Amino acid sequence: MLKYLLEKEFKQIKRDSFLPRIIFLLPILQLVILPFAANFEMRNINLSIVDNDHSVLSQQLREKVLSSGYFNLVDVSAKYDEALTSIESNKADIILEIPFRFEERLGREGGAEVLIAANSVNGTKGGMGSSYLSSILMDFNQEKGLSPAAGQMGGIRVTNLFNPHLNYKIYMVPGIMAFLLTIIGGFLSALNIVSEKEKGTIEQINVTPVPKALFLLSKLIPFWVIGLFLLTIGALVAWLVYGLIPVGHLGIIYLFAAVYLMAFTGFGLAISSISSSQQQAMFTAFFFFIIFLLLSGLFTPISSMPEWAQALTRFNPVRYLVEVMRMVYLKGSSLADMSGHFAIICLFAVFFNVLAVLSYRKNS
Amino acid sequence: MNVIETEQLTKRFGTFTAVDHISFSVGEGEIFGFLGANGAGKTTAMRMLCGLSTPTSGSGKVAGFDIYKETELIKRHIGYMSQKFSLYGDLKVWENIRLYGGIYGLPEKRLKEKTDELLRVLDLEHERNTLVDALPLGWKQKLSFSVAVIHEPRIVFLDEPTGGVDPVTRRQFWELIYQAAQRGITVFVTTHYMDEAEYCNRVSIMVDGKIEALDSPAALKKTFKADNMNDVFRALARNAKRGE
Repeated sequence: MLKYLLEKEFKQIKRDSFLPRIIFLLPILQLVILPFAANFEMRNINLSIVDNDHSVLSQQLREKVLSSGYFNLVDVSAKYDEALTSIESNKADIILEIPFRFEERLGREGGAEVLIAANSVNGTKGGMGSSYLSSILMDFNQEKGLSPAAGQMGGIRVTNLFNPHLNYKIYMVPGIMAFLLTIIGGFLSALNIVSEKEKGTIEQINVTPVPKALFLLSKLIPFWVIGLFLLTIGALVAWLVYGLIPVGHLGIIYLFAAVYLMAFTGFGLAISSISSSQQQAMFTAFFFFIIFLLLSGLFTPISSMPEWAQALTRFNPVRYLVEVMRMVYLKGSSLADMSGHFAIICLFAVFFNVLAVLSYRKNS
Repeated sequence: MNVIETEQLTKRFGTFTAVDHISFSVGEGEIFGFLGANGAGKTTAMRMLCGLSTPTSGSGKVAGFDIYKETELIKRHIGYMSQKFSLYGDLKVWENIRLYGGIYGLPEKRLKEKTDELLRVLDLEHERNTLVDALPLGWKQKLSFSVAVIHEPRIVFLDEPTGGVDPVTRRQFWELIYQAAQRGITVFVTTHYMDEAEYCNRVSIMVDGKIEALDSPAALKKTFKADNMNDVFRALARNAKRGE
């Protein structure tokens, strides 16, 4: 019986004017555009400099800062108050104030303080900007051979493991691949059964002896196949566009994706079963997806969320796949390292599919 | 032998009683007309018999199976054609036949023979590869009917199968019904056309959720001193409070 139902589903997908296109476009667009947009590296930080010294050294410091490429010089003010106005009018994000007798004090006393003031309305920009600026200053100190500060800090050296250049795209791409699977598995399936309700075709199916689970399976398998196909396109794009190849085993990714797709297709089918219109299904799915996405750690690190939010992420299947994708792609984790993740994703798959079977009713 | 039996069958939606304690039976091989005005409760009653809707109270058996507990067993022995066309419009004619034949467990070889046979009987051989959406309504309805009886069920339920169909096609449709009845399939049909009521062995007339009359067309005409079923229907439906 399943064979005939599957034939039907695949023919319908093939004849759909919308689905095959979205299946190709979605991964390409998301993977090519999003990693550039969702880039947390700060550039174009507007800097206002107050130079009270007007010495050669202060000039050198200015050049050093500007040549880093992170900053735009908006204005050079004579007084701190003037610079503050440009922050208030949103022209500048950060003020760097070089004190009187900067050069002289550096030479004589071996140290001088500069002031960094950041506009923290956009906290990330302010925070990142001042830390960039401080590290540039530290560098400057060292170059000039006046590095008591660096010396005092005991020579801390930071080494970034797994993503040595802290390239944001490399970090985002595996996560976005996880999100792609979520959308395909969850959204497309959420629209499926309910569209049969709207057309009335489900009535003819419900009056046949087709077992519920079998009918749902015939809905699940096509999305499962599409999802794995999409994952393949995604992996290709990651390789061709970003030169990204998983450090770990690609097979592990497929294994996780296979179970994960079952989970999210079950989720979508459950939504579809309880909805009475595509609109309703769409909004219900959307409601959950936004929460899943924001609590997934895809864009913001889970470790910096408040504790209650961290607790919530444990009930979010997306979180686990995002982690798995990053671990396999960047760290090369093995299946044994992630057996906990695997068990949890399996549980989600069982849970959502049982929910789907229970919520699909052949009689009212 | 009765293939459908109901006793005080009732369906309520909130405070609205769509089907109000109906009791009747249909014998094997009968063509049973289930008449009533719009909103009388025909479709609701039919859906309960098909296992698509759970009754509020009362009891019933279809093909010997309980309409509460054995709905999935009932579904093996019945065919159903809903009021709204419900085959897959984005599948071709032969693909719809194949799908439902397959669901009802016809073996692959039999499925091919059955498809050819159906297309020949329906005179749709040249439309084999047409998407069902592109067919005219009359052909769609004939195809729906053929799909509903593809597994030679004991009973077929037809909900206004000829609504909106031209007289010639209606005639052809009833020929299909007669052929099915000759093969021993019990036909349970709702209609608004009183000439069609005359084709039935027995008819029941529902008014406001209750069965007000049930007999052969000839006996009904005698009881209501009417010349035709139209007058019988009017005499009964005149008092209806529900309607459009």
